[in-house]
Amino acid sequence: MTAAAETVDTVKRGRFLRSIVGRPLTIAILLYVVVVCLVAVFAPLLAPYDPTAPDLRNTMSGPSAAHWLGTDSLGRDLLSRLMFGARYTLLGSLQAVLTVLVVGVPIGLFAGYVGGWADRVTSWVIDILLAIPGLVMLLIVHTAFGGNQTAAMITLGILGAPGMARVVRGATLSVRNELYISAARVSGLTTGHVIVHHVLPRVIGPIIVRLSLFVGVALLVETGLGYLGFGAQPPTPSWGNMVGDASTAVALQPWMLVPSGAAIAVTILAFGLLGDSIRDATTERVRRPGRVARRPRTTGAATRGAGFTVAGPAEPAAGSLLRVSDLTVTVGDEEGNAVKVVEEVSLRIEPGETVGLVGESGCGKSITGKAILGLLPQGGEVTGGSVVFDGTDLTKLTAKQMRGMRGAEIALISQEPIASLDPVFTVGAQIGEVIRRHEKLSAKAVTARAIDLLTAVNLRDPEQVLKRYPHQLSGGMAQRVAIAMALAGRPRLLIADEPTTALDVTVQADILALLRTLQRDTGMAILLISHDWGVIADLCQRAYVMYAGHVVETARTLQLFDQPRHPYSLGLLECTPGRGEPGNLLPAIRGTVPDPKHWPHGCHFAPRCRLATQECATGPVPLFEPVSGHLSRCLHHDLMTREENVHA
Amino acid sequence: MARFVLRRLALSLPLLFIVPFLTFVMVALAPGDAARTILGEDFTPAAYEALRHELGLDRPLLVRYGSWLADALQGDLGKSPITGLGVTDEIASRVWVTVSLVVATTLVAALIGIGLGVLSSIRQNRLARLVDVVSLVGFSLPSFWVGLVLVALFSVALGIFPATGYVPLDVSPNQWALALVLPVAALSFHALAAIAKQTRDAMLDVLSRDYITSLRAHGISERSIVLKHALRNAAIPVSTVVGLLFIGLLDGTVLVESVFAMPGLGGLVVDATFAHDMPVLQGVVVTFTLAVIVINLIVDIAYGWFNPKARLQ
Repeated sequence: MTAAAETVDTVKRGRFLRSIVGRPLTIAILLYVVVVCLVAVFAPLLAPYDPTAPDLRNTMSGPSAAHWLGTDSLGRDLLSRLMFGARYTLLGSLQAVLTVLVVGVPIGLFAGYVGGWADRVTSWVIDILLAIPGLVMLLIVHTAFGGNQTAAMITLGILGAPGMARVVRGATLSVRNELYISAARVSGLTTGHVIVHHVLPRVIGPIIVRLSLFVGVALLVETGLGYLGFGAQPPTPSWGNMVGDASTAVALQPWMLVPSGAAIAVTILAFGLLGDSIRDATTERVRRPGRVARRPRTTGAATRGAGFTVAGPAEPAAGSLLRVSDLTVTVGDEEGNAVKVVEEVSLRIEPGETVGLVGESGCGKSITGKAILGLLPQGGEVTGGSVVFDGTDLTKLTAKQMRGMRGAEIALISQEPIASLDPVFTVGAQIGEVIRRHEKLSAKAVTARAIDLLTAVNLRDPEQVLKRYPHQLSGGMAQRVAIAMALAGRPRLLIADEPTTALDVTVQADILALLRTLQRDTGMAILLISHDWGVIADLCQRAYVMYAGHVVETARTLQLFDQPRHPYSLGLLECTPGRGEPGNLLPAIRGTVPDPKHWPHGCHFAPRCRLATQECATGPVPLFEPVSGHLSRCLHHDLMTREENVHA
Repeated sequence: MARFVLRRLALSLPLLFIVPFLTFVMVALAPGDAARTILGEDFTPAAYEALRHELGLDRPLLVRYGSWLADALQGDLGKSPITGLGVTDEIASRVWVTVSLVVATTLVAALIGIGLGVLSSIRQNRLARLVDVVSLVGFSLPSFWVGLVLVALFSVALGIFPATGYVPLDVSPNQWALALVLPVAALSFHALAAIAKQTRDAMLDVLSRDYITSLRAHGISERSIVLKHALRNAAIPVSTVVGLLFIGLLDGTVLVESVFAMPGLGGLVVDATFAHDMPVLQGVVVTFTLAVIVINLIVDIAYGWFNPKARLQ
């Protein structure tokens, strides 16, 4: 295990180094840093003049052939002074940086790895040190130690250590709980060994980032002290006292400010950029490609008891409320490429109807719902098809017209009820704002309407609820509040995106009952997005089954349950606990939903399908209509009528 | 809320005792003392001992700290052995210069920084890059150097603003404002850049949250979403950063007051450092520490005000 852990570390480190070195800007910066350091070290060999030799006939000359960067008020060569000054300034900064490293890193490792009291005590000390006015403290040290810059720079390092310790502590905390660290500990390695060989390599990234930022701070402070006259004493040059020299000649030769200022700024900038690019490299290492699912969900999670009550049949009337035709949606991936996540999806909803949209996580259900409302995430785009609501194509509306539709005609409730409410405003403030957006009412009337709405969603004591903040509500209460806000504009269509997924089982039934009652009373249509067949069966007259961006089957709910005509629908139904047989393992569909970047060429479900033949992979599969109103995107839909074939 | 603030205050109040104690320890550890500074190069051991006794330097460290603390708690920060002036009076006569500078800088940096951050969070691409560039440049340019360049440009070359000095507000509000323009510009550069970047990051984070999508789904206007909901939520992390930067500005005043020859606490610190004037340095440290505690308190109150979770705990 230890060997394995070490291999993991080495591999990660190797990739990390490659990702740093693979950037041209980073290479340029590293080159600059190396050159500056070399110049400082070899200044006596490289400098064209003696940095302290005055030439009173040639003072404040400005750049010339003899003096590339000009001369100062005593006629000393500025280039030579800059080269020699780098020694003093960089050495001072190095002292502070080393102190931060030596003091900050062990404290952070200790606090993060040991935890408990050690963590609390160090956190408190860190808080105290962070509140000390640093520069004044440095000046006191400088005074107390008789103008010794090393003492001042070490103090700067001590004052900077808490920041480093905090970063290391955070990184260590997150590494400490990883499996391979626990394994190394259990296998009897000493704490010291584990920290040095397993923890340290993983937190080295944040350390380098913090350090390179601190180099900037150290340079600023060192040159600041030098400027004030507390660093290198004349005639010894430092970048800071060169700015000080220049300040006395601002009126006569402002050019003198340029060489020292530019050297300071470019060097600080270089270390800042270096820190940024190392941070980018480390975060890239952590970020995983592909779409990240919000919450892990199992196929057909067991949420409802056995035995479904299928909603009574209701024949769809003519004149659809919503008709989505051939809708195609792309989203941007990390590299900014457009990735198709919904492909030629068509669905319709009649007035007052409840329609289900069912499928596993990551198959495009929520994106379809958001696309109808024009609320795709950053980088998302409808690239084809239409969304016709009551005769209006929503994809052709301006942003302002679309905003007019939202809430007033089509409303949304989402799956994380508490997260869907603004945490810093009270329920009353939020619901009030939504009410005022729909109708002009007096303050008193707004409150009355808010209380009406909260009463309509069966919240007890609505006056009290108005005064609460979202974090003071239970999940069920928050979802009722969210539903009340959705109802405020008296919409004709409600898109309910997994409205019960995040709730306790007992609360789920209440919310579903509430939705059914509200629909009966208001006559609004509902598009219910869910992965849960129980919820679909409970509420929906018809349902669409989605898989990997496609609608693969649609029918009346009753038909879907009795006679599914797509192997995916059947698979989903089979892994619903209500259908299982006592004593047998609950079946699961093997494999996972493919990443949108890697959809198969033919039938998207083919790789996971027990009925798949070569034919399935050759090209896109159209929708078949074996029975009127029952569509299936399966070449073998006819086989599905004899279920035993599927089980073979 | 009150408990939250009190708990935070209990954590920071010890600073008022710890920081001066640390300076006492450092002064005691270091070679040389005020007596030697006053006497200069030539002195007899007897005269030196006599002066040490007169200044109270021959007493043990804890005794000196105790008597200093007892006086300080009554508002008496001692007397400068160099100038003979009372430290409390000296600080009182200069504190408003520094307060003007720091408060004006914070306001300017916060207003422009938050504005720039909000703008770049809703109009991405070019403006977002601009904020990146501004924050890098702000991070790299030393405030004292920016101050000198501003002097070269706006005082020497163009003659628009005074190069040095300070005019009290009650003497002439106009000249007070004019004298503050360049120092505030020099000092706010760094803070402005940091606030802009932090605001942008916080806004982008908030704008990707579920409740923003929900608000849009309710048809709430973008204006209200950005300026009311997102900004109010982003204010929670931003207020913390503004507080930290304010503390950093106290350090910045030492340099910038020097550049512009302003008679504030920063200038006092520099003079006292040259003169090895410990009581004055000690007094300024206490004043700055007090300022840090007050700022932290204001930040905590702002944090609770913006964040009902902290307030209602």
